[in-house]
Amino acid sequence: MTDGAVSPTTSGAPTMVQLLDADGVRHEHPEHHADLEPDELLGLLRDLVLLRRFDSEAEALQRTGELGLWVGTRGQEASQIGAARAVRDQDHLFPTYRDHGATLTREVDPLHILSIYRGIDHGGWDPVAHGVHPYTLVIAAQLLPAVGYAMGVQRDGAMGTGDPARDTAVLAYLGDGATSQGEASEALGWAAVYNAPVVFFCQNNQWAISEPVERQARVPLHRRAEGHGMPGVMVDGNDVLAVLSVVRSALDRARAGGGPTFVEAWTYRMGAHTTSDDPTRYRDAVEVEQWREKDPVERLRTYLRAEGVLDDDFEEQLAAESEALAERIRAGVRGMTDPDPVGMFDHAYAEPHAQVEEERDAFLAAWAQHEQDLEQSPAGGGR
Amino acid sequence: MPGPQRFALPDVGEGLTEAEIVSWKVQVGDVVAVNDVLVEIETAKSLVELPSPYAGTVEQLLAAEGETVEVGAAIVVVGDGSVTPAPAAAREAAAEEGSGATLVGYGTREATARRRRRGPAAATEPAAATEPAADLTPLEVAVPELSPPPQAGGEETEAQAPDARAAEPAGAVHVLAKPPVRKLARDLGVDLAAARASGPGGTVTRADVLALVPAAPTEPQRRVEEHPRERHVPIRGVRKATAAAMVESAFSAPHVTVFTTVDVTRTMRMVQMLKQDREFEGVRVSPLLLVAKALIVAVQRNPDINSTWDEHNQVIVVKNYVNLGIAVATPRGLLVPNVKDADEMTMKELAVALGTLTATARDGRATPKDLSEGTITITNVGTFGIETGTPILNPGEAAILAVGRIAERPWVHKGKVKKRQTVTLGLSIDHRMLDGESGSRALADIAAVLEDPVRALAWT
Repeated sequence: MTDGAVSPTTSGAPTMVQLLDADGVRHEHPEHHADLEPDELLGLLRDLVLLRRFDSEAEALQRTGELGLWVGTRGQEASQIGAARAVRDQDHLFPTYRDHGATLTREVDPLHILSIYRGIDHGGWDPVAHGVHPYTLVIAAQLLPAVGYAMGVQRDGAMGTGDPARDTAVLAYLGDGATSQGEASEALGWAAVYNAPVVFFCQNNQWAISEPVERQARVPLHRRAEGHGMPGVMVDGNDVLAVLSVVRSALDRARAGGGPTFVEAWTYRMGAHTTSDDPTRYRDAVEVEQWREKDPVERLRTYLRAEGVLDDDFEEQLAAESEALAERIRAGVRGMTDPDPVGMFDHAYAEPHAQVEEERDAFLAAWAQHEQDLEQSPAGGGR
Repeated sequence: MPGPQRFALPDVGEGLTEAEIVSWKVQVGDVVAVNDVLVEIETAKSLVELPSPYAGTVEQLLAAEGETVEVGAAIVVVGDGSVTPAPAAAREAAAEEGSGATLVGYGTREATARRRRRGPAAATEPAAATEPAADLTPLEVAVPELSPPPQAGGEETEAQAPDARAAEPAGAVHVLAKPPVRKLARDLGVDLAAARASGPGGTVTRADVLALVPAAPTEPQRRVEEHPRERHVPIRGVRKATAAAMVESAFSAPHVTVFTTVDVTRTMRMVQMLKQDREFEGVRVSPLLLVAKALIVAVQRNPDINSTWDEHNQVIVVKNYVNLGIAVATPRGLLVPNVKDADEMTMKELAVALGTLTATARDGRATPKDLSEGTITITNVGTFGIETGTPILNPGEAAILAVGRIAERPWVHKGKVKKRQTVTLGLSIDHRMLDGESGSRALADIAAVLEDPVRALAWT
């Protein structure tokens, strides 16, 4: 092959775990089986379809001026859902700003996610209640806290006890571009040295905005894990069954005290980096078309149809559910109001704080004065 | 639905202040559903399609294609269908401006229109002839000329033009002119509206624009033709066709090129033998003949390199025949005529065919048939003294072989450094359907035959 054996652009076909190929044909794997009940399989399809609908509606809301920005997930549904469905209730997720699949499966209100992109909220859902951290917008910045959380789990003794309801793992999300950040290396080093119960789930969607992955690394990303002292596994990120199975065993290993794992999910960002980006400026339509044929949703649908698990009734129901979701978030977002500015003082500290109280009073006084000035101004002013 | 809804241009890219309307995807009267695409806009960052936030009937388009609109300005009105799409109601900026609903383009505020029109109404413009941005859509070039005279656009256009002037002293009034003329006017700093409209249907012609130019340094002929320090060669003919073919190939087929250097001393000996063979009397025997034969043998062993990617039908067409193309440098430019069914020919037939083909092409007599339906190509860059190259595929083909210069070079032969005749071959393949492996195997087969032509006997 002229591609070169160590290029991160090689699909790594021989080593990539795949249970469902692009045509929806099921393959056996010596280690990974993902033997799921029909209900579970349909549940995965439902997750994928709803996530896609959520994403497309959010994009439309951005294009109609209802959101300031949107970070799309199209193409990466199987990676996000597969990983998120591998966790247990007590586990903790550290998502990036693109990992809506992770957040939605942890039952964060979709509108809460969208309020971040409307610019009226910082995503302050209760991370403990949902087991999912707020979105981290700074690339790779979530990884050290994730390792720290995992080390905390370790120190709580919530690891390696053999009690399935107690043993806890952390799932830390990152993208291919994040591997170039120093924090990623630090986090991998710490996790390995301390044997922290954390799984690094790297969605390699091939593009760090406009930078291709071959400008991020000279070796396949998962192989960098070895240098840090942990196993690296590559999985077809558009195969929800394979992702589920690989991440599940990595999490099991972490919970049992076996240490961290780095999972590289080989996937593709079908849309723009964000709604402010124009991918046609840096990537080839042919490449996008090739990945369209590897669509994660269609391959599961094809497989479930072939297996007789999926029927028209379910499809219709799911379509109706998708539209209901879209309508709910459309109405919800349009109905969002700007937050009360005074609210920013409420969450600076968990408990009352004298200095914050003082600042709040000063702010309220300044605001009142401003209002008064506006009224007196002959031009009337505009706010 | 609660009355007509106005859709204001959103900031789709974090801090943008304006966007250009590139093309409307709906027309007045169209029924749209939520999220149906309404319009394509271009911002400073990207081309973006805007979906409809409303379901209903499009009642008004408030901005013309090519116009730049400020974020926050209404660009379309979607109603519940109760309003007849006729002379339209209020507009965002100037409610009294009575815009004809069918007149796509009367809409955005004058102050925000980048390509605004000025001056008296030399002529009004029917809907179809909305001023195309001169640098945007060449397809629209012919429209103004072919348009009917202004009266045919409908009475309301006539009636409404003065209103528009009244409402906006620096009003937007359409002047008919072909886009190249508009560009000329812009380049020369001529106000189109001030020009006489002597062209058919009241259009401003090139001559009308030039008439307003003071005869002096800006004389357009100089700009167009004289470049004392440069030579400007029009792109046409074979050059143009080659460029199009190469662009199509280079940017649709991902190319991979593999190379090998081979000792062709035995092949060259065989060329000498054939030249002296009585059967080949009067026939031109060249190393290219044996390379062609080797390629045909390789195709038989690796049929996949002789195929076509059929994007439309989503199939890879593997051909059981070889129409062997030869890249020929001709006075007209590069041509690639091909020998039909070369795989069924004897060595002599192939020699004759190759000779005829290249001679015909060089004389400029290659027929369209000669030049089409090729399945695989050889380019003999060695004739220019070149070692090898990374050829670009002839569109529709999966492989192309570059043959470098055949020359005596030091070579390890039977354990000793000897003077041997060697050549470097380069094979480019279409990585959509061929992998490095199949390309490499094919090239290795070609090399094996050229190293020892007896191989061809063993393999066929």
